[in-house]
Amino acid sequence: MTYMHIGKDFTPPDIEGKVTGMARYAEDFRRDGLVFARLLTSPIPAGRVVNIDASEALAMPGVLGIFTADDLPESKPPANPALAKEFITYIGQPILAVAAESEELAEAAIERIVVEYERRPFVVDPLDTLIEGGPDPYPMGNSLIRTGEAAAGTTASGSGVGQIKWTADQIASFRAGRFPTGATFPEEWMYGDVDAAFAQCSTIVEEPFVTIGYPHHSLESRTGMAYWENGKCYFHGSLQSHTVGHDALSAMLEIDPANLVFINENTGGGFGSKIFPYPVMAVTGRFARQLNRPLQLRITRAEEFYIGSARSGMQGWIKVGLRDNGRVGAVDVAIVGDAGAGGGASGSSAAEHISIMYQPESMRFRGMSLYTNTAPRGAQRGPGQNEMAAVLSPIMDKAARQAGVDLVEFRRLNAPGMEAKIGPRQGGLSSSYYPQALDMAAADFGWEQKRTLPRQISATKVRGIGVGEGYHSAGASGYDGLLRIAPDGKIYLHTGVGNLGTYSYAAVVRAAAEALQCNWENCVIVHGRTDYHLQHSTYQGGSNTMFTETRSSHVAAMDAIRKLKQIAAAQFGGAADDYSIGGERVFLTSDSSKGMTYGEAAQKAIEMGGEYSGASFPEDIHNTTKRAVQGLAGTGLIGVGKDTLPKSGTAPGFAVAMVEIELDTETGKFDILNYTGIAECGTIVHPIGLRQAMNGGGVWGFGMAAYERHVYDPQNGLPANVGLYQSKPPTYLDVPVQMNCSATDMPDPQSPVGARGIGEPAQGCAVAALMSAISDALDGHLFNRTPVTPDMIVNHIAQNGFNTGDLKTNTF
Amino acid sequence: MNPKLTRRRFIKGVIASGVAAASTSLWYTASGQNRPAGAVERLLTINVNGQTRRVDVAPQETLAHTLRYKLGLTGAKLGCNRGECGSCTVLADDVNIYSCSTLTHEVKNKAILTVEGLRAADGTLHPVQAAFIQELSPACGFCTSGQIMSAVALLKSNPRPTRAEARQALSGNLCRCGAYDHYLNGVMRASGQLS
Repeated sequence: MTYMHIGKDFTPPDIEGKVTGMARYAEDFRRDGLVFARLLTSPIPAGRVVNIDASEALAMPGVLGIFTADDLPESKPPANPALAKEFITYIGQPILAVAAESEELAEAAIERIVVEYERRPFVVDPLDTLIEGGPDPYPMGNSLIRTGEAAAGTTASGSGVGQIKWTADQIASFRAGRFPTGATFPEEWMYGDVDAAFAQCSTIVEEPFVTIGYPHHSLESRTGMAYWENGKCYFHGSLQSHTVGHDALSAMLEIDPANLVFINENTGGGFGSKIFPYPVMAVTGRFARQLNRPLQLRITRAEEFYIGSARSGMQGWIKVGLRDNGRVGAVDVAIVGDAGAGGGASGSSAAEHISIMYQPESMRFRGMSLYTNTAPRGAQRGPGQNEMAAVLSPIMDKAARQAGVDLVEFRRLNAPGMEAKIGPRQGGLSSSYYPQALDMAAADFGWEQKRTLPRQISATKVRGIGVGEGYHSAGASGYDGLLRIAPDGKIYLHTGVGNLGTYSYAAVVRAAAEALQCNWENCVIVHGRTDYHLQHSTYQGGSNTMFTETRSSHVAAMDAIRKLKQIAAAQFGGAADDYSIGGERVFLTSDSSKGMTYGEAAQKAIEMGGEYSGASFPEDIHNTTKRAVQGLAGTGLIGVGKDTLPKSGTAPGFAVAMVEIELDTETGKFDILNYTGIAECGTIVHPIGLRQAMNGGGVWGFGMAAYERHVYDPQNGLPANVGLYQSKPPTYLDVPVQMNCSATDMPDPQSPVGARGIGEPAQGCAVAALMSAISDALDGHLFNRTPVTPDMIVNHIAQNGFNTGDLKTNTF
Repeated sequence: MNPKLTRRRFIKGVIASGVAAASTSLWYTASGQNRPAGAVERLLTINVNGQTRRVDVAPQETLAHTLRYKLGLTGAKLGCNRGECGSCTVLADDVNIYSCSTLTHEVKNKAILTVEGLRAADGTLHPVQAAFIQELSPACGFCTSGQIMSAVALLKSNPRPTRAEARQALSGNLCRCGAYDHYLNGVMRASGQLS
């Protein structure tokens, strides 16, 4: 299909600000009378606050006040409190905030505050609390009790803390790579007859695995600034979503959503940690109100490590069975998820990854979320799926090699196509062109040629090639679209989508421009401040935006087109269906001279009032959207509507990657020589934006595979790597000199423009392919662990026998 | 070591002496008298983006602090505030430095160039800025100012770098979004090697 805008590159309106320094982030804003708050954080991993003596601090000139948990609604475990009192669960947890006329004063005041703590036992490795007699991270237990399902792309906060214990024998069995017979798993699902299916498999692989969590490390920390005027709170914050968090932030501040102006035109990274408002935002807003002064609460890099969220880890066991024909006949997987100090782990999502990517004929998942006294965990780029992709790929490679099947051919045999099923309910997909993506990757990478190359490059250098796959559900429905055509002919495309750096906020509204057949130069994107009258848009996480918001943008455009035609019919006679649009005019199809420009129609809409001008609006739109329309009423022709377009099955985002590495057997280091990533995300909407998403996801994959992890001192609960150079995101020197990516560019039938999302799978495919390549370079050795570090490789080569390290996590 | 000299006491002592020195230097500045040895001039005249700026700078103040909170130049970002990420990169006499880890007093005699000073007088973007737009180099944009300044420094000393040289030159600038490929494309385009 030929489009005006879809599939074409464009210049996002915010990019010039980013290259000139004019783009402003939350910490860049100042306000007359601004005061500065800093946090006092916990020096102990578990315990409670017995007493706070701030008298000396409060007597200091320029110190304005302190803010404690007593100033907030009570929070019950395992919810992550903004400020802790009765339940301190990790080092670095905020205890109180101090405000002063300067940051230096606030820091000095913190030094004068005496906090008396009561210590409690703590634990940093889930298996150390799971064992009978082991310490619990909370006084009441160690595990998450769920009452509802996790929202897509997130790990849900739990509603309670329970206690699960295994016997020492069960723990020993699990650490040794065997299923812990008789052990309790509160989460379980299954389809098919797994035991019977294994009996029919000719190849069986059984392996343990462990993945270590790591911080999001968004470069912009969650510093915020708030002030109150005439009963309204103006909040400069940093979220990756925008309007979808409005009601939640209002609730945190206990105000009517109409009295909150959330300002967030640019966001310096989120990666899942800023999908929704986070606890410390309550301190910023409420403390500002208490002092009746503009207040900035700075979060330092070290504090961001503690409260900036982190990926969950997994300790697990998997058994895979292949039939004679290379098809995966059965999978059995058990996962102990590390939820840190709050939140939930992602075991079921991890298992879902297996079910979609290899289409096993039968499968069983057993799992649990255990808490530890480490930084709170939350959604991070493909939670569950991507860490499973990392460890699964080499395990599947082993199975394929045992069955005598090439690694790519094996994936072809099991690839999810149009009829693919997913998860415990074995639901369908909106579409899938994954087999085509796999073929594209093999051709672009030159898999057939590279697999014949010698592995030994020189005396100390070996080659490895690998293939891996990424998946995430990539689209929802039910959100609102909104646009306004002004009398001057400008088309204002509103979006409540956040600006998290993917430019999707701009790309999705091009679906409305496409439907209206208007020039991009006449379009203005309205975003970034809720007092710009923004509608209820999707949360931005889980590769969700592109599918979801092209639909709602399209809906708004179709509403506007209907009104344009009705206005023209009222002016020139006939029925609305007799009219067409084109060239930013609406005209009688049989006589194009009878028509009017969009601008003239907008003027008519103002005169006609009612739904045309926004004086009235559909009842089914969200309250946020209703307020937005009320704010715009009478200023032009309003196109607005809720996305009720047909949707069935899961809209998937897929990616496949292939990697070639050169590994130094003396140092254990490796260089990535070639990287090819292929996206299967429906129609390409923004080509260069898609490449950026794929390449950036690739870098994230390399980080998970080789560099990033939590390290805690198990004796004291102290984190050893709060900095960027310690839990190190990849640098320029850790990634290939050039990356290669492309996409299938085949439309999904449930999107008006055929698009789905890709952010999460872009990482999953890369980490999986790199782990596969490392294994390949070492003659198929399985570490069954992320990250794989040079010391592990050297130890393996020296035959020191290190693989999973007995499933130890969060430490060496 | 003096058993009474703990790390905390030492740091407090430094801060206290800094405060004393600062207040003393203010008095000498105001009174126009000669400063005693060791006192620090607080009212500095520094050259930023080709303009002479008079600014009150504390002895322990970092250049990032001066630029962001005294001069309103918020293009340089504080990603880590301890020399790890490069988001605060600016040029001092054409050399890229971490402004978060440089005392303003150390560079008072150097020409400071920030991202805000790159545009030509007529508003034309610097070639690196224009190339970064064309290559969609920034993602979230938080590290972009630093990436640009390191790229500008590179091209001043090496107008036609190879991609590998550019990769080395920018390796002190982290991008958590992982937009490295796009930044390198931008450098190659700005140097006229990509069309």
